[in-house]
Amino acid sequence: MSTVLDLDRRAFIRATLVGGAALAFEAKMAIAATPGAKPVMMNAHIRIGADNSFIIGAQNPEVGQGIKTMLPMLIAEELDVDWAQVKIEQTLSDGKLYTGQIAGGSFATPNHFLPMRRIGAAARQMLVKAAAARLGVPEDQLTTGSGKVTHAASKRTLTYAQLAPDAAKVAAPDLATVPLKTPAQYKIIGKSHMGVDTSDIVAGRPLFGIDVSFPGMLYAAVECCPAYGGTITSYDEAAVKALPGVVAVVPINTSYNPKGANDAVAIIANSWWVANKAREALKPVWNDAEARKNSSARFAENAAELYKQAPGADILRRGDVDKALAGAAKKVTADYDYPFIGHANLEPQNCTALYKDGKVEFWAPSQAPERGRALVAEMMGIAPEAITINMTRIGGGFGRRLMNDYMAMSGQIAKAMPGKHVKLLFNRQDDMRHEFFRPGGWHSFEAGLDKDGKLIALKDHFVSYGADGKPIQAAGMGAGEFPGPLLSDICYCVSYMKTNVPTGFLRAPTSNAMAFVFHSFLDEVALAAGKDLPEFMRSILGEPRLIPAVQGQYGEFHTGRALGVINKVCEMSGWKGREGDGKSGGGKGRGFGFYYSHRGYFAEVVDITVRPGGAVHVDKVWVAGDVGNQIINPINAVHQVQGSVIDGIGQTLLGQVVTFVDGAGNRTNFHDYPLPRITNAPSDIVVEFVLSDNPPSGLGEPALPPVIPAIANAVFAATGKRLRSLPIVPANLA
Amino acid sequence: MATTLSINGKPRQVDVDQEKPLLWVLREDLNMVGTKFGCGMALCGCCTVHIDGRPTRSCITPISAVVGKQVTTIEHVATTPSGKKISDAWVELDVPQCGYCQAGQIMSASALLANTPKPTDAQIDQAMGGNICRCATYVRIRAAIKKAAGIEEGATA
Ligand code: FES
Ligand code: FES
Repeated sequence: MSTVLDLDRRAFIRATLVGGAALAFEAKMAIAATPGAKPVMMNAHIRIGADNSFIIGAQNPEVGQGIKTMLPMLIAEELDVDWAQVKIEQTLSDGKLYTGQIAGGSFATPNHFLPMRRIGAAARQMLVKAAAARLGVPEDQLTTGSGKVTHAASKRTLTYAQLAPDAAKVAAPDLATVPLKTPAQYKIIGKSHMGVDTSDIVAGRPLFGIDVSFPGMLYAAVECCPAYGGTITSYDEAAVKALPGVVAVVPINTSYNPKGANDAVAIIANSWWVANKAREALKPVWNDAEARKNSSARFAENAAELYKQAPGADILRRGDVDKALAGAAKKVTADYDYPFIGHANLEPQNCTALYKDGKVEFWAPSQAPERGRALVAEMMGIAPEAITINMTRIGGGFGRRLMNDYMAMSGQIAKAMPGKHVKLLFNRQDDMRHEFFRPGGWHSFEAGLDKDGKLIALKDHFVSYGADGKPIQAAGMGAGEFPGPLLSDICYCVSYMKTNVPTGFLRAPTSNAMAFVFHSFLDEVALAAGKDLPEFMRSILGEPRLIPAVQGQYGEFHTGRALGVINKVCEMSGWKGREGDGKSGGGKGRGFGFYYSHRGYFAEVVDITVRPGGAVHVDKVWVAGDVGNQIINPINAVHQVQGSVIDGIGQTLLGQVVTFVDGAGNRTNFHDYPLPRITNAPSDIVVEFVLSDNPPSGLGEPALPPVIPAIANAVFAATGKRLRSLPIVPANLA
Repeated sequence: MATTLSINGKPRQVDVDQEKPLLWVLREDLNMVGTKFGCGMALCGCCTVHIDGRPTRSCITPISAVVGKQVTTIEHVATTPSGKKISDAWVELDVPQCGYCQAGQIMSASALLANTPKPTDAQIDQAMGGNICRCATYVRIRAAIKKAAGIEEGATA
């Protein structure tokens, strides 16, 4: 990472701050002493260069979802400049200047679609006002385009660069009312734009957190207590310090434990390779007896025990489900479960920090850097304002980097080495073990059909992880889980057990598990009703209508949007009802899955082959998605969907399971925690978007969940075997 | 003891442990960070470089094993004919998502194309099977290799 660039970026931000204002738009300030000689800061997102180039600040963390390209596209569209004139710079993470600097929940599109455009439109309006004053003509006689303002009648044109020093002094318009383009006027939105870093990635240029480099930088490896919740008793500091290259050995807190309870040892050296190897001499002893009592075997025993008892609490209850079930013409019951799984970002967790004069500066690959600021401030006991956060490109997020343990550790390590940049890096085993896992869970279902095969009642007893009647992070279930809000006799209830395992959000959190259990089970119920799943879904969904949100329970759901993607994918794939070799042993099968999450409606059809020996290969996938009325960057939208689908294939078929033994995860690297490879990828993933009259929503997550039940349902079609446990393993199909 | 390595056609001197893997010598001692660390156990392909033209996992290759050999890294691969074709196709199809695996993917794909100008689907799977992409950009990786090889979209060679 070049220091020059970095200084430039900080100057960008400082200049803004010199303006003294707090919020993004008010932070405008002309910094040109001589007009045209230096870039002019229009606001915290836009800087206009003397050469009429436009530097647009990309304000959100880039994890591969394409936001570093997409948010600037929105600004550039309304600023009315050509994409070729735009240069993009990642901004600092700064909660005072920017809002919503987070890569999570597929929120960036819905939350920023209007605000980013308004920022561009406001700057354009200021430039037009400056031009009107300069040319002495009314604003409505002026047009813009390609970074210029034109007065057609007098054939006069001024570049934005010529106008910027004046424009920056114009009062900023009210962002809420600044006029925006109509979709027909879009020149950038809706057209495919290559990732802004693609050329640099292909050339191997430094971009990622792990690439951060400074002269004289030190490196740190950490030995964390394997059992979550354990703390340090002792370690051989002298032996490690005696090794050539080792600079310091420092006890730290990973942030899994309360402040003060150190649970890791950092080894700081002049090379990470040296620091990591030095761990062999550390011989740590841990205080972990309590933590070690936790294990997957024990969790399973606890679940069995909880199923013998009445459920702990209701998630959703309406009508009288027991009475409805008692009166049902047909009942279907089944138990499902899924394991803990990890994120396995390809770039291992890392963070670089410099501690100097009571202040700390980070180069952090974090999906939620402002949360990182709060965590660091608390763990280190320093003011949030004393923390500067540079956002690096991130080698995969998937929710792992919503947690900021690496920032907390990196800050403590840097504090031990004042004045020195120190880069903390996990090795692969650290990364696999010191995780915030997608929690496993169990579901016990009972469904009732009336004599016409209509679903009239549904009951689910969910067993998950939590305490005091509350789920731990990412271990809950929503009351809106389909088809809950559509049934009049329904009960979702839950029992929680305790665990020491740190849990967290994994791409389409909870949805990735719920899609599997609910939409596999619905396929079973559909079969009992004599229908295929799309037909059964249509019978549940009924007429197109909005099911309104119920405060504190669930958000809104539109049955028409669901029907739209279901019908579309059936048409795309030529769906003809249940198709597969069943018990014939031919091994081919087709399955369907639907899921609604993160405001996106997705229906997917998969064709699979069950190979001799039981391994399942997904041959082809069709995806229909509804994420509103506008696909902003089509080339990336399709790619996000394709990646999500293959990610789901990995969760379903590759043996991704994290087992806990003695309070610790037992997976260590890609041989025991497999990720999809090119050989697992379908020959094609056909993607189509159904444009509906709704604001655009995000695409990082909602395409993932439906492929999981689609595969499970295809396995049933191919083999006649209903597999109710993830992952689907060859041994059960051989 | 100083060791002389030949990296991207230039002699480079480093004074490090002979056992230090080439990956870390590139990243720490030569400040060439394009080659990535993913697993350290030859399981993910992130760290792929060419040694005498052969795709090699630099994370398990001590520098003692590369003395006297030609090392090519991602920073330089576009100067080779197949590396140029692959890099161009990667940009044109916008293959990366997060981008972290892509240096390794490009190194494996360039080596494939250098030896097999018109790879079959099976040869592509074989050559690329050691490179993990967590973002699962595989549909585009296949398409980009075919494009670089001049194989028509949808055709299987
Ligand atoms: S880092 Fe070398 S193969 Fe993974
Ligand atoms: S592009 Fe993210 S790991 Fe391949």
